[in-house]
Amino acid sequence: MLVFLFRRLMLVIPTFFGITLLTFSLIHMIPGDPITVMAGERGVTDARRAELEAQLGLDQPLPVQYLHYIKNVLQGDFGKSLVTREPVLSEFFTLFPATMELAFCASIIAILIGLPLGVIAAVRRGSVFDHSVMTVSLAGYSMPIFWWGLLLIILFSVTLGWTPVSGRIAATMWIDENTGFMLIDSLLSDEEGAFISALSHLILPSVVLATIPMAVIARMTRSSMLEVLGEDYIRTARAKGLSRWKVIAKHALRNALIPVITVIGLQVGILLSGAILTESIFAWPGVGRWLLESIHRRDYQVVQGGILIVAMIIIAINLLVDVMYGIVNPRIRHARG
Amino acid sequence: MNKALTLIAGFVLASSVTINASAAKTLVYCSEGSPEGFNPAFYTAGTTFDATSKNIFNKLVEFERGNTKIIPGLAESWTISDDGTTYTFKLRKGVKFHSNKKFKPHRDFNADDVLFSFNRQRLKDHPYHTVSGGSYEYWNGMSMTETIKDIKKIDDYTVSISLNQPSAPFMANLAMDFASIMSAEYADEMMKAGTPEVIDNQPIGTGPFEFVDYRKDSQIRYKAFSKYWGGKAPIDRLVFSITPDASVRYAKMQANECQVMPFPNPADLEKMRTDKNINLMSQEGLNIGFLAFNVEKKPFDDRKVRQALNYAINKQAILDAVFQGAGTVAKNPIPPTIWSYNKDTVDYDYNPEKAKQLLAEAGYSKGFSTNIWAMPVQRPYNPNARRMAELIQADWAAIGVKAEIVSYEWGEYLARTKEGEHDTALLGWTGDNGDPDNFLYVLLSCDAVGGSNRARFCNEDFDKLLKAAQVTSDIAERTKLYEQAQLMFKKEAPWVTIAHSVVYEPVRPEVVDYKIDPLGGHIFYGVDLK
Repeated sequence: MLVFLFRRLMLVIPTFFGITLLTFSLIHMIPGDPITVMAGERGVTDARRAELEAQLGLDQPLPVQYLHYIKNVLQGDFGKSLVTREPVLSEFFTLFPATMELAFCASIIAILIGLPLGVIAAVRRGSVFDHSVMTVSLAGYSMPIFWWGLLLIILFSVTLGWTPVSGRIAATMWIDENTGFMLIDSLLSDEEGAFISALSHLILPSVVLATIPMAVIARMTRSSMLEVLGEDYIRTARAKGLSRWKVIAKHALRNALIPVITVIGLQVGILLSGAILTESIFAWPGVGRWLLESIHRRDYQVVQGGILIVAMIIIAINLLVDVMYGIVNPRIRHARG
Repeated sequence: MNKALTLIAGFVLASSVTINASAAKTLVYCSEGSPEGFNPAFYTAGTTFDATSKNIFNKLVEFERGNTKIIPGLAESWTISDDGTTYTFKLRKGVKFHSNKKFKPHRDFNADDVLFSFNRQRLKDHPYHTVSGGSYEYWNGMSMTETIKDIKKIDDYTVSISLNQPSAPFMANLAMDFASIMSAEYADEMMKAGTPEVIDNQPIGTGPFEFVDYRKDSQIRYKAFSKYWGGKAPIDRLVFSITPDASVRYAKMQANECQVMPFPNPADLEKMRTDKNINLMSQEGLNIGFLAFNVEKKPFDDRKVRQALNYAINKQAILDAVFQGAGTVAKNPIPPTIWSYNKDTVDYDYNPEKAKQLLAEAGYSKGFSTNIWAMPVQRPYNPNARRMAELIQADWAAIGVKAEIVSYEWGEYLARTKEGEHDTALLGWTGDNGDPDNFLYVLLSCDAVGGSNRARFCNEDFDKLLKAAQVTSDIAERTKLYEQAQLMFKKEAPWVTIAHSVVYEPVRPEVVDYKIDPLGGHIFYGVDLK
């Protein structure tokens, strides 16, 4: 197990450098420099441009800039936003709770709905229910998030008036930020109805963000279940006279879940990238919207630093999933370790 | 699970018992983006000015709400020396500063605050000059350092500013956002505490609203300043609810989650007009969209060719297709909302026959080949440059001029047109301070060639008019000069003036006395809720 863990950890190092190199070069391949873009039609004088470039370190050759960047990152310094002049890391952590809250709720919805749908579809293979799940999940998987989010807003917020349109809490509620998690902060405040307001603001964005992972989980669970249900030991269990649902719950589901766990782990990356669009539609003040806005503003430092932090989180979670997988399924670690 | 539910229910009940006693009048504004920061001197974006200078700061002089007239602000009155180089300001007495957790003011606003606010930007050795990065783009962009020779405190309520040469637009510059007045006392205290950058993040001003807090990318909260020298604002609380998507802003307006929003989707305008929850306000914007001929290149060095191409363009068709009605045809290089706009200018009408005739006279009876550069981004003065270029291309083709459409990424586009690589290029301008000089000199003077003068137009007589207007402060005299300049511009035709866009601002019917700011700001002092 230790060897397995060590090997996995060693893999992180080249991945890390790969990502830094990628974000760094991508940013510099995008046409247009930040100074021209920020100045717009007004422009800056050449002297002023040189001054700004020196200030931002943009006058150095690219390899020097990259080395400088790596050196800083290794010391935990992800640079400062060119626009707000705040450290990227501290901006990230003020916004991360909002993204976590959203991603957490979305994962719960995706798992609570996706798993049972997949199981039932597999058991009732070929039924109308199975076909509907497959069709709906395919639709969910290919849904353009922008369109889907706006559709839900128009239906539930504008036409029916059931849910608020966007944001994390009604603008008239003056909540103090303690934990950064609105569900908790609203409980700690003494504004009337704050918690209900926070909860109702969470519903639509989490449903939108959950849509793709839910579809993936349902389809993955279904196919994994189908495979397991065809195995000999299931037939044996059935032959021993165990009831159908008992076999499914006790024997089949447990084994079918192993690959599903990996898929759920991989969904974290999808959740975070989906959050960029979802957060923008619902004006959700999280990391995703922050990255998107920074791209619009050509805020190099934020895009570079922000993507790297997000990537590191995804790597960490994948590592965790790998380790968990190794624990659940010893064959894996022995075969490779 | 049950326990958790009980706990939640308990909390909900508990929170509903402590009912908020004050029925505060709250106005929610769905702003389009996050501010870059809270010191307007550092930035150039309108979004930032709305969140700062427009509502929490004052300037020495201000633009009257709803137009570009200059009225007294923190300066009650002023005198200008006969040679036009010394401005003496009498400051308003009894003006209070805001307070916050870190700072309680001990004195009223006075001359020291004016000196601090300007000298910080002006003097490289000022202790605050480099605090928070210290880049003062607008101050530099308006050449304030070159304009101002010295600033002197005569007494606590008198400040005199001397200039290197007379500058008529100077007063308009002082009403701009970068000239916001900050508290010198606050700056001193924070410097002593070793946290000078606090004054840029937790702003203290003299304006009608006090900054309460900012939740990044989510909302900014303000409360009405009860001791505001102009009298407390009719609303008690002001919230900026940051909502970048225009369709979502509209949905929030319909659900009454906010009462005012900027920048509606052009596609939503038709629906908003008939929506009983929306009062769609509109006003011509302080901008101009144009096509600049590169007059240094053949055949555009010939006035007749430029005139011919002016005659060949059907502007009304462009307005219908590109602006979808949200604009008006432009005939002058300045918008009609600016003083000195020449109503008597006669524009080139759409007349392809006349165009062909002029081309023949210039020796191009068979036409020629050229290019039209189209911007890759949407701007207030041009919602779709590509489409506009296609229409112009078709119009020109009808008189035998073959044009190829060229486009680059925005930064690249700006840089290359600055170098003069184009034959003809679409571009535009939004006014900063409502002074005609801010359009005419910036866009068409000889000094601006290689900069924002994309036509590379340099005409001695025209330049003389602009320079004469710069050194007089007599408005009537300046008006005459600018009117003359506009006629000369039209005759020389370095541009095709295309359109001034119309700015739309949807507000809820409950909103009373909201006025569209021609300079593009969003100002909430004086606004009430029914």
